[in-house]
Amino acid sequence: MTRATLLFAALLALALPLSLMAGRVWIDPATTPNAALILGELRLPRALLAAIVGAGLGGSGAAMQGYLRNPLADPGLFGIAPGAALGAVAALWFGYAASPWLLPLFALLGAGGAMALLAAIAGHTGGIALFTLAGLMVASLAGALTALAISMAPNAFAMSEIVMWLNGALTDRGWREVWLAAPLVALGLAVLWRAARGLDALTLGEAVARSLGVDTHRLLWLMIVGVALTVGASVAVAGIIGFVGLIVPHIVRPFTDRRPSQLIVPSALAGALLVLVADSVVRVLPLVTELRLGIMLSLLGAPFFLWLLLRMRRGLA
Amino acid sequence: MTLTAVDLSLTGRLAGVSLALEPGTVTAICGPNGAGKSTLLEMLAGLSQPDAGQVLLGGVPLDELGPRRRAQQLGYLPQAHEIAWDVPVRSLVELGRLPHGDRRVEPVAAALAALDIAHLAGRRAQSLSGGETARVLLARVLAGEPGWILADEPLAALDIAHQLALLRHLRRAAQGGAGVVLVLHDLAHAMNHADRIVVLDRGGIAADGACEDALDQRVIERVWKVPARWIGEAGHRALVAG
Repeated sequence: MTRATLLFAALLALALPLSLMAGRVWIDPATTPNAALILGELRLPRALLAAIVGAGLGGSGAAMQGYLRNPLADPGLFGIAPGAALGAVAALWFGYAASPWLLPLFALLGAGGAMALLAAIAGHTGGIALFTLAGLMVASLAGALTALAISMAPNAFAMSEIVMWLNGALTDRGWREVWLAAPLVALGLAVLWRAARGLDALTLGEAVARSLGVDTHRLLWLMIVGVALTVGASVAVAGIIGFVGLIVPHIVRPFTDRRPSQLIVPSALAGALLVLVADSVVRVLPLVTELRLGIMLSLLGAPFFLWLLLRMRRGLA
Repeated sequence: MTLTAVDLSLTGRLAGVSLALEPGTVTAICGPNGAGKSTLLEMLAGLSQPDAGQVLLGGVPLDELGPRRRAQQLGYLPQAHEIAWDVPVRSLVELGRLPHGDRRVEPVAAALAALDIAHLAGRRAQSLSGGETARVLLARVLAGEPGWILADEPLAALDIAHQLALLRHLRRAAQGGAGVVLVLHDLAHAMNHADRIVVLDRGGIAADGACEDALDQRVIERVWKVPARWIGEAGHRALVAG
């Protein structure tokens, strides 16, 4: 186990119990009435879900940056997150929000649809540039369709539900979402892990990777399937939560030897930590209504991104 | 194992190139810009497909060899010195072991030693000078212990001392039994350091043979369309052109 993995695993182990206690009501297991019920049915599933979603986004962000050889890449670039969001929005549009399984199912279908479209456009060549462009186009198409759904919402209630949902959150989630997301994210991370050595070889460019026997076609498929599972599952249970996949690898990278393969596991742990902490903070903030987690992370993420760009500009100058 | 190109063609790039390359020798591929040198090298490395013809390694078509066995035999060094992440030098060189699926340290140590860069093993890739980077990337190829080293303009962007050092390392690899194929722009380096020169022109072979014959000044005038004259003695030639 590497230094970074140990560090972020330890921090996560520390943060998890703290997050269980934190909230509008601070829970002391010894004195708070119904502490076991609140912890077991509300806070524990929510904390686990935060960790699962964060792990998926962080791990896939690290793999994406390795695959595109670009520190500014984000799993959202593949168009899979917007595709999943479009699926969920469609469920809300048709008024399926009340059914517990239909919204996540639609979101997973949306992720799968985006994945199939990507594979159809770029899957045969395995070229990274074509793939990135295809991802951007799928993302903007899904975004346009989502905007269309909002503007043509059947009633004001559906519209507000869609808009609220697009700013991801973990409010009122329970064990059902945990059991839905956990296996998909775990499987997705395992698929991305299979890509790790290929990503290391890509450090020297696509031609060298191929000359080293890396099957770039297979690598592309591992990336598509891995990102679709992790990001699709995350969006299905939590809505759009941006910036985690972008920021986390940057936080983790200095603690590793900077090989893409060494970044995936600690980034999953650090992503879990970041979303867990951010979700605890939105619960604690003394606002009338709870700040949406997606907004919170964007508020953190955008300034961080700007700082990153400033630092890179200095490096390039 | 011999590396053989049989009638390689690619529309607009190569027109029926056939070559039989011998291990243990240094072959230079020369030609004007756009003559198809890099295309030919990529095909020899199994990285791009011809429209017609095939490449055989020890008599077996590269397609049938499979990517992994091909990668164990053919080391490819592209012209671009792309290193996307600031990784340690040692882990870059270790990538050479990827086709073998092992983490043996001896070939990595031997490659670092062969290029006199053992002291750089702990350094970060992006802190290296151009000459150091070139040697590290060649060490990555050597660490895979390939039967063939196929390098596209390995001397570009190097000063004369580093060029000569790199040529010396490549010669040593050939003496160790590897076949070395270099795309070279510098005709004097080709003349002085190769055993055989293949001159490409507009996708076909314009000359092929021992250096003094293949890069005869008449060939240079015909292919590059510049008047040229070799001066000096064999092995220490200089080209006066224009």
